[in-house]
Amino acid sequence: MYRYSEFDTAFLAERNAQFRAQVERRIDGSLTEDEFKPLRLMNGLYLQLHAYMLRVAVPYGTLSSAQMRQLALLAEKWDKGYGHFTTRQNIQYNWPKLNDVPDMLDALAEVGMHAIQTSGNTIRNVTADHFAGAAADEVADPRPYAELLRQWSTDHPEFQFMPRKFKIAITGSENDRAVIKAHDIGLQLVERDGVLGARVIVGGGLGRTPMIGKELSEFVAFDDLLAYLEATVSVWNQIGRRDNKYKARIKITVHEHGIDAIRAKVNERFLQVRPQFKGADMNLLEEIKGHFAAPAFREASVASFESAYTNDPVFRSWVDTNIAPHKNADHAIVTISIKKHGQTPGDATAEQMRVMADLAEEFAYDELRISHEQNVILPHVHKSDLPAIHAKLKEHELATANIGLISDIIACPGMDYCALATARSIPVAQEIATRFEDLKLEHDIGHLKIKISGCINACGHHHVGHIGILGLDRAGVENYQITLGGDATETAAVGDRTGPGFAYDEIVPAVERIVEAYLDLRDSAEETFLETYRRVGMAPFKAVLYPEARANAA
Amino acid sequence: MARAFTPKVVTANDLLEGDVIYQTEDDSWSRDLSEAELITDEAHAQVRLLDAARQANKIVGAYLADAIAGDKGPEPTHFREDFRRTGPSNYAHGKQETSPQPRV
Ligand code: HEM
Ligand code: SF4
Repeated sequence: MYRYSEFDTAFLAERNAQFRAQVERRIDGSLTEDEFKPLRLMNGLYLQLHAYMLRVAVPYGTLSSAQMRQLALLAEKWDKGYGHFTTRQNIQYNWPKLNDVPDMLDALAEVGMHAIQTSGNTIRNVTADHFAGAAADEVADPRPYAELLRQWSTDHPEFQFMPRKFKIAITGSENDRAVIKAHDIGLQLVERDGVLGARVIVGGGLGRTPMIGKELSEFVAFDDLLAYLEATVSVWNQIGRRDNKYKARIKITVHEHGIDAIRAKVNERFLQVRPQFKGADMNLLEEIKGHFAAPAFREASVASFESAYTNDPVFRSWVDTNIAPHKNADHAIVTISIKKHGQTPGDATAEQMRVMADLAEEFAYDELRISHEQNVILPHVHKSDLPAIHAKLKEHELATANIGLISDIIACPGMDYCALATARSIPVAQEIATRFEDLKLEHDIGHLKIKISGCINACGHHHVGHIGILGLDRAGVENYQITLGGDATETAAVGDRTGPGFAYDEIVPAVERIVEAYLDLRDSAEETFLETYRRVGMAPFKAVLYPEARANAA
Repeated sequence: MARAFTPKVVTANDLLEGDVIYQTEDDSWSRDLSEAELITDEAHAQVRLLDAARQANKIVGAYLADAIAGDKGPEPTHFREDFRRTGPSNYAHGKQETSPQPRV
């Protein structure tokens, strides 16, 4: 049963040859679109508004420099010189031609990559914190546990005929960077009396009915976890709704029955299934852990870093916003912003991809990560290398110091690419970033997350943005709804609607009014937007957004 | 009461290129909306959509899109169709890159 890489070389070669033949049969007319569509979707090929789109998987968001270089090659050779990193920790190419896709897949296979999509009502890929294995605040690297869950669920009978698809996210830290409360099941690794286990959250999700997950168990020791999760899924299999696609997700089951009732049923079921688990999975876990072993961190002086930090204000500003603490004190986690003001969030050119690959190879133990916030991460960097990395990034427009700030916006492709969209999201993100760059207010505003989706599918996670923006089609014109107070972290919350939406040319000024109100209202420069919102509530923001309503009421 | 029929064009994506195409009166496909056949009769629209569906080895996802007569041929009535005939707004890619499709 043990397979580290889900798809080995021989399997990928065979799959790609099959798909090549299917493409040929579609082109010569022996396959209809109805027959071909499910086949292309399984291979990550979608048809969007203006062209096909190929979605390439990046398991656990982790890439080597060779893989990143190959992504650059695909962008250059078969696309328009760039790729789009998404909130699902994968990369999308927006302009492939049908004839070229088999060659693209073969090129991916050369570096062990593929575009195969998990689909259907099964457990989708398990996602993990993008700082996994590097973060100073983690109890343990969550990726081996994620991989164990994925392997264990793949051919498991309980998971083949679920009411609906199912997504699991795992973090090893209390600071939640994996949005575990917006997944069907969220796991936070915790240690109790020397025993590693997980806090289990259930019933979160975004989309048309956003819900924040609830705590099912405070602590399940790890050797009981698979049994406990099997019990959970089994309860849902029994009582989940299969009559209505929109009511089938476990979040609805939890909402309708209540978390306490679900917990009681899970505990009962757990006692029944527990004896079937005999610890084989724990041996497997040890084996998997070997594949996620940390590199041998090098030892060197950090003096050059400290002098650059003291003497170079631009470097200092970048370090202050884009660097996170590493578990090895002489190392750091670098987040490379691919959101220079005015650029499309998540887009990187082939040249930028190569620069990042070179940096990973030279300075970062050959490892890169993609974050669900659409940035690229060098998870392990010795601090003495930070000045050289920063200098190189600057040459390629990759040194924007904006992580966690107002221009670090998540935006889905929206109506500029997506066939399902009801409005655009990319230009709204571009204009907000440019506007606040012009005002030179970004660093003063501080931590503020804006998230934008172009329809209710919520690919841009707008519900959990501090400021969320949802683009809709109102009587044939774009209209944008605003929510405030959403939160994607351990204090997760779904944002509250401010009221009527705003037209395309009113949305950026509306955001500006919200931010101005915050700057007036905050206690001190230390109080973040979210803290202020939680303290003062919606009313003062409504007042600046809808002054005419107040005038009318008066 | 049934809604009054509004003029339509038949549009789809090209099978190989994936780009947006429009059915013309002489039963070929154009990349330019202004060259499309503007259909003003509902029954005729259904016939033309069936004509399109028969060309499954050239096109994908044919449907009827609202349009109105303009100076130089059909024009979109909805912003989605306006984007489809132009390209994305973040780069000058798509049709705006190759054929003159001024955005108004
Ligand atoms: C452009 C092609 C895309 C299409 C057609 C598409 C379609 C969809 C649909 C239909 C759903 C809802 C699935 C369901 O609940 O059954 C969904 C969910 C989602 N999409 Fe996309 N999407 C696209 C691109 C993206 C991109 C570029 C991102 C990342 C920026 C993304 C991230 C997500 C996420 C995170 C969810 C899950 C939201 C949740 O928790 O419910 N998608 N997508
Ligand atoms: S949220 Fe809607 S518009 Fe945005 S990518 Fe998802 S499906 Fe498309």
